[in-house]
Amino acid sequence: MHFIAEGFKTALILIITLNREVFEIVLFTLKVSFWGTLLSTLFGVPSGFLIAVKEFTGKAVLQTVLNALMALPTVVVGLTVYAFISRQGPLGEWGLLFTPSAVIIGQWILATPLICALTISATRSVDAKIGSTALTLGANIMQESIAILKEARFALLAAIIAGFGRVIAEVGAAMMLGGNIRGYTRTMTTAIALETSKGEFGFGLALGFILMAIALGINFIFTYFQRRK
Amino acid sequence: MANKTKIFFVVLTLLLVLPFTVFAEERLKLATTTSTENTGLLKVLLPPFENKNNCKVDVIAVGTGQSLKLGEQGDVDVVLVHAPELEEKFVKEGYGINRQYVMYNDFIIVGPPEDPAKTKGLKVAKEAFTKIAAAQAPFVSRGDKSGTHTKELAIWKAAVIKPEGNWYIESGKGMGEVLNMANEKKAYTLSDRGTYLAYKEKTSSIILCEGDPILGNPYHIIGVNPEKFPHVKKELAGRLIEWVTSKEGQQIIRDFKDKNGNPLFTPTAGQKWQ
Repeated sequence: MHFIAEGFKTALILIITLNREVFEIVLFTLKVSFWGTLLSTLFGVPSGFLIAVKEFTGKAVLQTVLNALMALPTVVVGLTVYAFISRQGPLGEWGLLFTPSAVIIGQWILATPLICALTISATRSVDAKIGSTALTLGANIMQESIAILKEARFALLAAIIAGFGRVIAEVGAAMMLGGNIRGYTRTMTTAIALETSKGEFGFGLALGFILMAIALGINFIFTYFQRRK
Repeated sequence: MANKTKIFFVVLTLLLVLPFTVFAEERLKLATTTSTENTGLLKVLLPPFENKNNCKVDVIAVGTGQSLKLGEQGDVDVVLVHAPELEEKFVKEGYGINRQYVMYNDFIIVGPPEDPAKTKGLKVAKEAFTKIAAAQAPFVSRGDKSGTHTKELAIWKAAVIKPEGNWYIESGKGMGEVLNMANEKKAYTLSDRGTYLAYKEKTSSIILCEGDPILGNPYHIIGVNPEKFPHVKKELAGRLIEWVTSKEGQQIIRDFKDKNGNPLFTPTAGQKWQ
């Protein structure tokens, strides 16, 4: 019990005194996750929307594949991206391995299928009448699409938040691609893994608290927007 | 939306959008063993170099085997490692240049205070290993091709034992994690003295066997060959090698002690390992 209490105490001291290293790691994590999610959104939302509204051969197969990719193990993404961006890989000359960009690429690939699949169901859940009503009111395809997306905005926001939740909490890809470099590519999750291995329970716990607080905070913001509807 | 909330979101967005590093300093990638990082040595040895050269050294702490592999793939600029035979091979095959002896510490065999295999006080490492194997006492191996793992395998080989069975735990983890694991499982393990001293307060394992010449642990720094990989930061890597073997760098290594004042590494620049 003493050991756990000691860890809690250290964690609280680190948070209350705004420990610089802790907050640098938190800020870095938020930054990469922000960019990773943004890229995933830019790719996932339009493609998900198109898949939902268009009819084409292979649609069912594509959706099955997407659903499978939602559960893609993070270390597999790490491994694959690693093979591409290592100096021996096809993109080696860009020198991306062990940089923040590498972590962002990994997160981008991780969250895109998730956001895409959730966008499909978000678009589907919108009453089909909205599209046809807009059309009878003289809207073109673009305006019709916007009307559908607007109606689905909360489900889309939920999809993006789910994507953010996946990337901020994952450790496998960030560890392999970023290399857990202190002050450069160390994220909250890789830091927790490292500090636990060093027996520095308090430091890991402090980051764990903040990670949970961020997850809670984001969900509160989401609920707040939903209420204002 | 209230003004305050608006300001909060604007600040948050700005923080996230700001670039990752404000100054485009040069970055040097150093792959090294977990022992140099876990003990905290690099945290005091690197900053003066970074300040002097206005650069950042990115430390990738993995085992010696993986460090050398990263060097062979050209993914890092310089390596600081501790497995002489592997290093010689690395240089011979043309991947490494400018290999310099930096410092020395030694390996020790640690285990639970109860010492079920009765190894305490033994002076010969392979005898201790023989007894552990005979007693089938749990032994945690790094199992990660690190310098420590390489040394462990060399000792098993010297003892003519093929470690196998439930008692032999191949963890695939860094030195610190293995010490934690050995502590939790009341197991034996081979550790470098530096990491053990850094973890001493968190573990109940004690030193059981030390002082055998086979337990010597020399660290060398090697630059990755720019002829093989033109993108390697040859000049900065050269300056880092110069720094850790310089008088000042060596003094920092000499002055680096654990909480109880025990030195963790002995500086050895300019000498030759065996």
